[in-house]
Amino acid sequence: MDIKNAVDRNKYKKDRVILHSDCNGFYASVECLYNPQLRNKPVAVSGDAENRHGIILAKNEIAKKYNVKTGEAIWQAMQKCPELVTVPPHFELYKRFSAMTKRIYSDYTDRIESFGLDEAWLDLTGNIKGSGFDTAVEIKERIKRELGITVSIGVSFNKIFAKFGSDYKKPDAVTCITRQNYRDIVWNSPASDLLYVGKATKNKLNRIGIYTIGDIAKTSPDILRNHLGKWGDLIYGFANGFDSSPVSHINEKSDIKSIGNSTTTPRDMKTFDDVKTVMCVLCDSVCRRVREQGFMAKTVGISVRDNELNCFTRQRTLEEYTNFTRTIADNAFSLFKKSYKMQIPLRSIGVFVTDFVHDNIPHQISLLQSEERLMQNRQLDKTLDTLKKRFGNYIVRPAILLKNNDLSSFNPKDEHTIHPMGYL
Amino acid sequence: MKKYIKVTATFDCDGNLLPEYIYWNDNKKYPIDKITDIRYAASLKAGGAGIRYTCMILGKERFLFLEENRWFVDAKDK
Repeated sequence: MDIKNAVDRNKYKKDRVILHSDCNGFYASVECLYNPQLRNKPVAVSGDAENRHGIILAKNEIAKKYNVKTGEAIWQAMQKCPELVTVPPHFELYKRFSAMTKRIYSDYTDRIESFGLDEAWLDLTGNIKGSGFDTAVEIKERIKRELGITVSIGVSFNKIFAKFGSDYKKPDAVTCITRQNYRDIVWNSPASDLLYVGKATKNKLNRIGIYTIGDIAKTSPDILRNHLGKWGDLIYGFANGFDSSPVSHINEKSDIKSIGNSTTTPRDMKTFDDVKTVMCVLCDSVCRRVREQGFMAKTVGISVRDNELNCFTRQRTLEEYTNFTRTIADNAFSLFKKSYKMQIPLRSIGVFVTDFVHDNIPHQISLLQSEERLMQNRQLDKTLDTLKKRFGNYIVRPAILLKNNDLSSFNPKDEHTIHPMGYL
Repeated sequence: MKKYIKVTATFDCDGNLLPEYIYWNDNKKYPIDKITDIRYAASLKAGGAGIRYTCMILGKERFLFLEENRWFVDAKDK
């Protein structure tokens, strides 16, 4: 984040009208809408426990009363609430509902910045006749009427306080954080309620006697900088309401910085062969997504988690930009072999690539590598992409995947889990 | 109860999609006499959301929903 831009006190001459809208228990609300018989029961949307993806992705208001938490294992949630009904996620449906919320927002402004599927900032400055509060109530009621789900909306003069407002009162509520009341409402809340103050930052702040957002606001930025580095300046500015980051335009595509896939396998990976199989599937998905975006990448990374939940990441810079599945898979696997000796079986692995250029830029022909071979590889990937697009992911697969069918029967490109923002 | 049904609809010259007939269980065709309202709405009873057409059918007001590319109504449980 650009700190200068994020907390520039003189950027806007007049106060902006910023809304942050947050769909309450989004996945669970959509599931309850489509299954009326579930509405009076505690409901959670969760991953597949048999495949060891069994965590709570979202819960409805009734489950929340039992203290069911997003991100915890299903068995933990069931201990708190034995009558909890868990349902599998339907991401296509959630994406449709997310698009429908954007349709409603776009009736009020074209400055809409999504924050996951279920949250968005809206900049209404100069676009509304009444007050920000009245418009927020109107949007909230329209979403309830037209989509059958509830939202909580925060209204403020910057994005950080608007986000605070949407978290302050839930569900189905509107909270205004103004220049007159922010000291009473925001400053008395725990430091961790401020966006970007996570667990680690909170602990660091607590150690120097800072517990509330007001404490952050009243502490000298020098002290915060000493303990938190540049984040100190940032959260000091946020706590004092100096956040000046703009709300993006609806058509602005966020710059893609990296593309990756990871998976928790149905059983632990015990051998290099197991890892190679899973990496092969992941690299195929990652490279297809890179080619779809028209990119080539120069850095390959892996993330690894063993069955004792220790994790690490490693990355390597390649000599050339590439989007060839074979090259990236070979590099990911050799990076893995160099970094891990299979001392403890693995629970999950991930592959990501970063450092992109567009694939249509001219490139230097190599003196040593056969250009003909590169052309053949490009043609091969292109043909495989077309086949998979037309006939499905499993139409053509490397022979290595047939050996370990239990580890390779997944499709990270189309079946990946989209975690709600609250979980991240 | 959510019930997907067969519908005959037409696009008018302005591109508006208007349902004209619905087909019920026995595949009997019922004309829609009048559409009194069209809006985006959720159906809490049937469970779904889309474009809601308020229709007059056999002198009674009924909601007909277009959800993506399927039509549904809230049918009474037998």
